[in-house]
Amino acid sequence: MADHDITLTVNGTAESLTVESRTLLVHALRDDLGYTAPNVGCESGKCGACTVSLDGDAVKSCTILAVEADGSEVRTAGALADETDGELHPIQAAFHEEHGLQCGYCTPGMLMTTEELLAENPSPSRAEIRRALKGNVCRCTGYGNIVDAVETAAERVDGGETTATDGGRVDGRPESAEGE
Amino acid sequence: MFPAAFDYERVDSVAEAVERLTAHAEAGRETELLAGGHGLVPAMKAGDRAPEVVVDLDADELIGVTEREGGLVVGALTTYAALADSDLVRDRAPVLADAVAEVGDVQIRNRGTLGGNLVEAHPAADPPAAVLAADATLVLVGPDGDREVSAADFFVDERETIVEPAEVLTEIRVPSAVRADAAYLRRTHPATGYALVGVAAVLDRDGETVTDARVAATGAVERAVRLPAVERALTGGPADGDARAAAAADAGADLAAERFRSDPSVSGEFRQQLLETYVEWALAAAVA
Repeated sequence: MADHDITLTVNGTAESLTVESRTLLVHALRDDLGYTAPNVGCESGKCGACTVSLDGDAVKSCTILAVEADGSEVRTAGALADETDGELHPIQAAFHEEHGLQCGYCTPGMLMTTEELLAENPSPSRAEIRRALKGNVCRCTGYGNIVDAVETAAERVDGGETTATDGGRVDGRPESAEGE
Repeated sequence: MFPAAFDYERVDSVAEAVERLTAHAEAGRETELLAGGHGLVPAMKAGDRAPEVVVDLDADELIGVTEREGGLVVGALTTYAALADSDLVRDRAPVLADAVAEVGDVQIRNRGTLGGNLVEAHPAADPPAAVLAADATLVLVGPDGDREVSAADFFVDERETIVEPAEVLTEIRVPSAVRADAAYLRRTHPATGYALVGVAAVLDRDGETVTDARVAATGAVERAVRLPAVERALTGGPADGDARAAAAADAGADLAAERFRSDPSVSGEFRQQLLETYVEWALAAAVA
């Protein structure tokens, strides 16, 4: 059987599709379903531009067969910003303010790895941030601003305590509670 | 990059996997077993491997770490991340905890599995050195039943193990090292991210005297190996700085010079030098 009917929940939406055995998850997401946040970079599992959350874990979607992910829940960087008003997630806002990107190609992957890092370690040291982002390559920034951005995001997300009520505000706007 | 076309089958038990592997082997169909897929899928994308069938082993029975007689039973499909986070592994098999934390990166550790790694037998992977130094026993299940194999007998050559085509590695049994001194230390290859040289060391001591030493290296030669000359040099004496340095000087004693791996970035001679250095540092880290 070279074709398979699979289901995925992508950013909260139930999706059904038919994939070849050899279709990679990143291509199913981008080409078949139109979720274009994960990028295809090195294609060899090194650069991390294709990083998505699969059942809660940051993974490289170019190194997973779509059919392997059948029945799984996928979250891409496209789900970070507020769905209704487009307000940036605190991690995105921190990358924006700290200039944690230039061309932006690696950013969707950086964001998803950062989201998992902060969920597991709300107050990472700079060394821990660098270690966590080892699998995400950036050819523009030299990483300094990215580490700054994750530190800033960590201060605001504060152990998953981020709420839309008060406290961690970004540019005077209440933060989104999404992603916790 | 896309893999060549293949047939995909998902199985949810070891019994079913063995049944499929046996049938495909009898039919002469080239088949690969998919565990975490982080060795297999990149190899298929690069065109290095093109199986006709991929059997995806999705068996919950092979996930997790349990305690048995003080030691550990690690299911072959347990991810590096789960092992690195496990207090039980940190406590009972510290050398394994150290080694899995070095593998790849966060995303790879979230998906790659210990069993998959061992069967891949990459010459510079971290876990093979750890299971050698931990004196682990590996359980293989095949059409004729199961067999237990010492880690020391498991690795045969570069990317080659004793696993037969219709066999599945199901468990890694690790004796307790709760009172041992242990460490895994590596120098990372600047291009591949694998170990240039990695050394796993486990020392049992009675007071200051080393009663048993198990030291293993990865990255240096075509497969992960124990270093018996180092182990002999340490056993029966203290593990102080002089003894560690003297033992480390024997690091290459069992390995013919031509076995050392060489690539455009790093020569075999340099790996040989690094091996001595990393044996000494791993021993120091173990007793620290």
